[in-house]
Amino acid sequence: MRERLENPVVEGVSKFLVPFMQIFALYVITHGHYGPGGGFQGGVILAASMMLLRLSLGEEYEHRRFSPTAATFVAAVGILIYALAGLVPMAFGGRFLDYAYLPIPGLSSAELRYHGILIVESGVGLVVWGTLVTLFDHLLGSEA
Amino acid sequence: MSALAGNYTYYITAFLLAIGLYGMIGKKNLLKKLIGMNIFQTAIFLFFIHGAVKPGTTVPVLDSRIGMDAAAYINPLPHVLILTAIVVSVATTGVALALLITIYRRYGSLEETTILERMKQSS
Amino acid sequence: MSHLPVLIPITLLLSAFLIPLAGYVKRDFAFAIASVGAFLAFAFSLAGLLMVLSQGEIRYHLGGWAPPIGIEYVLDALSAFMAAVVTLIGLVVLIYSRRSVLHEVPLRVVPLYALAMLLLAGLVGIIVTGDLFNLFVFLEISSLSAYALMAIGDDRAPVASFRYLILGSIAGSFYVLGVGFLYFSTGSLNMADVAQRLPALYQSRAVAAAAIFIFIALGLKMALFPLHLWLPDVYTYAPSAVTALIAPIMTKVSAYVLIRMLLTVFQPAYLRDLLPMTSIIGWLAAAGVLYGSVMAIAQNDFRRMLAYSSISQIGYIGIGIGLANPLGLIGALLHILNHAFMKACLFLVAGSIRFRTGRWKVSSFAGLGRKMPWTMAAFTVSALSMVGIPPAAGFFSKWYLLLGSIDAGNWFLVAVILASSLLTAVYFIRVLEQIYASHANEESAPMKASDPPPSMLLPTLLLGAGLLILGLFNSAIVTHILNIVVLPLHRPGS
Repeated sequence: MRERLENPVVEGVSKFLVPFMQIFALYVITHGHYGPGGGFQGGVILAASMMLLRLSLGEEYEHRRFSPTAATFVAAVGILIYALAGLVPMAFGGRFLDYAYLPIPGLSSAELRYHGILIVESGVGLVVWGTLVTLFDHLLGSEA
Repeated sequence: MSALAGNYTYYITAFLLAIGLYGMIGKKNLLKKLIGMNIFQTAIFLFFIHGAVKPGTTVPVLDSRIGMDAAAYINPLPHVLILTAIVVSVATTGVALALLITIYRRYGSLEETTILERMKQSS
Repeated sequence: MSHLPVLIPITLLLSAFLIPLAGYVKRDFAFAIASVGAFLAFAFSLAGLLMVLSQGEIRYHLGGWAPPIGIEYVLDALSAFMAAVVTLIGLVVLIYSRRSVLHEVPLRVVPLYALAMLLLAGLVGIIVTGDLFNLFVFLEISSLSAYALMAIGDDRAPVASFRYLILGSIAGSFYVLGVGFLYFSTGSLNMADVAQRLPALYQSRAVAAAAIFIFIALGLKMALFPLHLWLPDVYTYAPSAVTALIAPIMTKVSAYVLIRMLLTVFQPAYLRDLLPMTSIIGWLAAAGVLYGSVMAIAQNDFRRMLAYSSISQIGYIGIGIGLANPLGLIGALLHILNHAFMKACLFLVAGSIRFRTGRWKVSSFAGLGRKMPWTMAAFTVSALSMVGIPPAAGFFSKWYLLLGSIDAGNWFLVAVILASSLLTAVYFIRVLEQIYASHANEESAPMKASDPPPSMLLPTLLLGAGLLILGLFNSAIVTHILNIVVLPLHRPGS
């Protein structure tokens, strides 16, 4: 699990699958507020794509491409998006997490609420992605 | 028999709850306790999802043929509650696995009796 | 429109988020952010309490959605009172913890403070929320932080924490099951809305099942006898500052949820008159009081003794809830406040002794009264308060519990409260005798010890002095705050 598997079939199939997994994950995140899906589900699929690469291509190679620090950073960015979506409306006269007061010009209050969900879901997706990859690295990694 | 036919999901939920509880309390291996906990939580998710179903309705994705009639779709709120509960379950499993790794490193075993013996020896 | 109900958890959550980022840059930032966050949270809770006392309850609709569709946060007399207690104890213990944590677990300082902030955020969230499922989310946040915090110590801590994890997850899952039954019966998750719809459903078996599941879950979290088995190991093996943070407040917040279920969601008419739920809680609590006191006498490890003592004190709170009359509940709420101060002070003393001498066996405490005079003075005040000697605060909460038992005609509970006070005196006098009256013997070689540094000594003294102040001012607390809280308990016509 920590070294490269040196098996061309496994490596080839993983490298082929991962872009499709990530596009599907983005689809799941963006369609969460009116269909099945959402931030958590899409984030898990994104994390699964990272885990597949780590399992098949080996830890050293993948840590150079997407290091554990980058995973924590991605999670932090996700929390920041969620916190801003919650706190910015408070500065503009609304309650916490009241998307109707987000300062995006040109949208009505109902549309702001509709798109606010998308903003929060993408934040959640990033958090889940970063957290699950960090968990995987710490529980199964060689420096744990 | 009609009590069984209409409510068989609840019986399955109770059965899974019992299996999960037995796993958590009756098994001596710590990892089996954790799996019992997961089965227990899955049973609760099934209970919620079954409660959301109404006969003769369809999935809660807006269908242009049916329109905005809320009575024609199943209740999506328990599904949302279960999504949150699944996230909580994943986090709990993550913390539990980290604890198990620490315990294994310190005591070399995941069997409760062996761990208790080694704790007594080291004190 | 006041943002206070949401600001209290948000400041703690934001500081929990900032601590890992800043702490890996420089370790001292972790403590600085934690103190600032805890101080702001306490300031907001105090402001909330004053605002509630002058203007009535504050309801805050999250996201602008009105209940019962949206989630609302409610600050009324009970939740403002609990939030102030929890944030105050959190602040005092966090200030104490800096030297203690650096001494005991220096490699884990940054994660410890982040988890401590998450724990406080979860506890305060439980207190202010007015939505049943939101309470579950915050319950799990605080529980997960507690599992991780308690596992930080050496040797046996991870095993104790794993047992707490399994039992705590059972509790959370039972709570969700109960909320599910309530939701499917009433169609709402908002506490006030469910309370309005429940009286028509009192004969339903689903609602009875919901009540039973929720109370088993809260009893597990509260360490009500016989569901207390996780508590002694966990309090003994965690780092001192962690136990000092968790022991005074975590079980009390579960007791708060029990009181909230009794007063607001399931009205007293249901739990006291229809189902014998409060009587069962009262009997189990009485058993816990006696069991905890007896087991505490048998312990030589100071922290384990305090853990069994906690089980006994939680039994007092359970007796107050089980009586379900105004005087009994005032006693329970006052005991929540007093016990938070007492147990925090006691665990801070234990941490100071560990910091200076590295010892935790009572038989090795000989002569500490001369070497650590101020710390032992605080310990003496707390011990007097635990036994229930005026003017220390513990006397007054036991007094209200006695009045409530006499009011309900339950002489067995009167006997239990008096007997356990005697038993408490036994195990505390044993420690006091070691500290003040005995000289070094063969088990405790003469040691160098002195009072801990000011950052640890001042919080201990503050809590000890607080006990005396709370005792003197307890009637003000009862008349201004607690009488408002117990209004729903007055039987119509009394």
